[in-house]
Amino acid sequence: MADQAMADQSMALLAEFDVVVVGAGVVGTAVARLLSHHRLAVALVDSADDVGTGTSKANTAILHTGFDATPGTIESRLVARGYALLSEYAPTAGISIERTGALLVAWDDEQAARLVALASKATANGYLDAEIIDAASVGDLEPNLGPGATGAMLVPGEHIIDPWGTPLAFAREAIANAVTWIPEFRLTGVEVGDDLTMIAAADGRSIRTRFVVNAAGLFSDTVDAMFGGNEFAVRPRRGELIVFDKLARPLLTHTILPVPTTHTKGVLIAPTVFGNVMLGPTADDIDDRTATGSTEAGVRALLDKGRRILPSLLDEEVTAVYAGLRAATEHADYQIRHDHDLRYVCLGGIRSTGLTSSMALAEEALARLRTCGLDAVAKDDDHVVRPRITMLGEADIRPYQVGGSGAIVCHCERVTRAEITSACSEQPPATSFDGIRRRTRALAGRCQGFYCSAEIGAIAAESTSTPVSNWIGVP
Amino acid sequence: MTDSAPAIHNVIIVGGGPAGLTAAIALRRRGISDVVVLDRETEAGGIPRHSNHLGYGLRDMHRLLTGPRYAARLRASAEQAGVDVRTSTTALDWTGPTNLRVADATGTSVLEARCVILASGVRERPRSARLVPGDRGAGIFTTGSLQQLTALHHQRPGTRAVIVGAEHVSFSAVLTLEHSGCEVIAMVTPLSHHQSYSLLRLATATRHRVPVMTSVDVAEIHGRTRVEAVTLTNGTRLECDTVVFTGDWIPDHELSRRGTLEIDSAHLGPTRDGAGRTSRRGVFAIGNLVHPAETADVCALDGRHVAAHVVDWLTIGEWPDRSVSVIPSSPIAWVSPSKLEPGIAPARDRFLLRVSEFTEARTIVITQGDHVLWHGNVVGGQLIPNRSISVSAAWVTDVDPDGPAVSISVAE
Repeated sequence: MADQAMADQSMALLAEFDVVVVGAGVVGTAVARLLSHHRLAVALVDSADDVGTGTSKANTAILHTGFDATPGTIESRLVARGYALLSEYAPTAGISIERTGALLVAWDDEQAARLVALASKATANGYLDAEIIDAASVGDLEPNLGPGATGAMLVPGEHIIDPWGTPLAFAREAIANAVTWIPEFRLTGVEVGDDLTMIAAADGRSIRTRFVVNAAGLFSDTVDAMFGGNEFAVRPRRGELIVFDKLARPLLTHTILPVPTTHTKGVLIAPTVFGNVMLGPTADDIDDRTATGSTEAGVRALLDKGRRILPSLLDEEVTAVYAGLRAATEHADYQIRHDHDLRYVCLGGIRSTGLTSSMALAEEALARLRTCGLDAVAKDDDHVVRPRITMLGEADIRPYQVGGSGAIVCHCERVTRAEITSACSEQPPATSFDGIRRRTRALAGRCQGFYCSAEIGAIAAESTSTPVSNWIGVP
Repeated sequence: MTDSAPAIHNVIIVGGGPAGLTAAIALRRRGISDVVVLDRETEAGGIPRHSNHLGYGLRDMHRLLTGPRYAARLRASAEQAGVDVRTSTTALDWTGPTNLRVADATGTSVLEARCVILASGVRERPRSARLVPGDRGAGIFTTGSLQQLTALHHQRPGTRAVIVGAEHVSFSAVLTLEHSGCEVIAMVTPLSHHQSYSLLRLATATRHRVPVMTSVDVAEIHGRTRVEAVTLTNGTRLECDTVVFTGDWIPDHELSRRGTLEIDSAHLGPTRDGAGRTSRRGVFAIGNLVHPAETADVCALDGRHVAAHVVDWLTIGEWPDRSVSVIPSSPIAWVSPSKLEPGIAPARDRFLLRVSEFTEARTIVITQGDHVLWHGNVVGGQLIPNRSISVSAAWVTDVDPDGPAVSISVAE
């Protein structure tokens, strides 16, 4: 292990990059992917041991049309553009995606009145397919909704998407196209020189680079401060989510949205591409950027809401409860800027819409890097590798159905042995149960490892020649 | 994909645990050929495979064995009896009333049968399903995942454990933890008293010195990468690196529900009668799928009992077009079986039930309309939550097939 660390360190010290992307969430990996299509030396660094472990790992997994963004904002423009890019890219890269449509349901006359304004807003955002429907039509579309819906706005273009597969696919493509992936690099300081910027990690490693892209999510303000920025501060907004058993999936067909407030899009009920039903999120502004625990009050509030929206949902088993943090700031819009002299681009304050806007943010970052002086020459198309990840959606053909991947080892989610070994070997590799879960769905099902956790730990250990204890987390 | 024209098997049994294997062996011994058992694990035998302590085989094999030895013996008997056991094979869904789509390492295929026996067993509700808030660090187990880790993979789960639950399986978790070198610092139960045999409780208290904390539950788990502590509902904080959620059983009923079998809203397994017949012609259900959860030998005897009725079905082909419901009233939480055909008693001539709270009374009254069918004491005496309780089935011959539902309640 010490040898490995030293090897990493000397590699990192010697390496010199054109661009370093700080943060390997959905935004950073999207930027790295786009840069990898150019003749550039690029590094992707993250403080965690895996991609997509911060704000990207717990969100509502919706690909938004952007119908309800504030017209004229950066967010509105990038969500619309990102929606188009990602809905086209996802099927080619193996990211599961389903067009479910959304119903924005009004539960009283006041909310019903606001639907009209929301429909105009959708039009102002360039989204023309939304329509307002009456209570009877709502009942026809979603017969299991609770009583009291007075009408709804139907947004047929809303999709659900694999939220973990998205950054994974971006990262895999970036690494396949020669981006250097440097995990566990906790940035502590930057030193901007005339031609090169030195960025240093807590463990003593440092990297030299000409340009830096800040995609540090919950820590985007901290990184920005290292470049002298002080225009925004991240105030994490915690969102707790409850995932219900697959047997609940037939209860609804659309994503059920509430009429939003200025603070949050509110509590929604959405199918997931994995065949579950998700209820959430809550919205608590908190100070601790690592507080991803669930709370009794949050869970209770969600169940109360869920009982009203879709009563029979509460009869089903809960598969998982978790909390995610959105990188909210004191500003309503994304915090995007660049500094020519510092050779620095900041993609800060990217809230929950970042999953949708990620590929547009990558375009934005590249354009601003060019403004800062980066000479990015596109590679010939046949020099760009386009790998695919394993599709995990219930609507997709999965390895267990095809055969040849070994027996099913995770029974709840029907994950085969070969998928576990691939998750541990393919770039970027899983290094923990959470990494395996996000790549394969294994351990994410209704039994939460009752049947398979020991077996999956053994497979991961064997395929990586590491002790089982590394995987199961036993002391 | 191998969706080629298949042979029609006599019987497909889903699940190769004690109930499924014992039913298969009994069917073969009664002369039924072509009995296929599907088990999704790499080895049949069910939960006893990783329950590495004594307590298995008393009622069905008339000997006292450890779980793994018991499972091995079942497998050997099945092989000897000529049962076609297919491991690493998962029943996914139905393609007809008694036809299943299955998956194995070669992909999916369809298996057709004259009769399907569901024996898919039971699991413990994990932390998430119990809605226990807090962090999601490593070190959170169910008894099932704990015992696989220690018995099959020889790992020590942690150093200081809190056990949630104080029923038989919870004490089984204590034994597993102590054996692996992990100290158990407390057992917590929201009930007012533990629910295991006093003798087992005494043994645990004296030999292992485990305090049982009653009328309290886990309110929150702390520790982001590894469990560091739990807070209880009374405010007490217990420093620990391991939490084991025990009991709180739920049948593995996915296939039952995907097949739109009638589900018993009390125990969540499919409804069935004394012969094991579900709401669908040709589909039987046995074992802990329909009584979550009993010991392995009780499941095995249920499988053996139902096998005789499966033979009748295969040879005579009669399926009742109606049945009488058996409806429990509080504090009785569920009764199994919850359907009956007059005259047909369940396995061991007993109905199984659970109560939801400690009850001083010991007398059970069974009525149909105004007619008292039976009243008497439960077998074993006490009404304790999470403890197996059974009552005589001597009254099933007196049930009026045209009468109202049978009601089962605790006498005042």
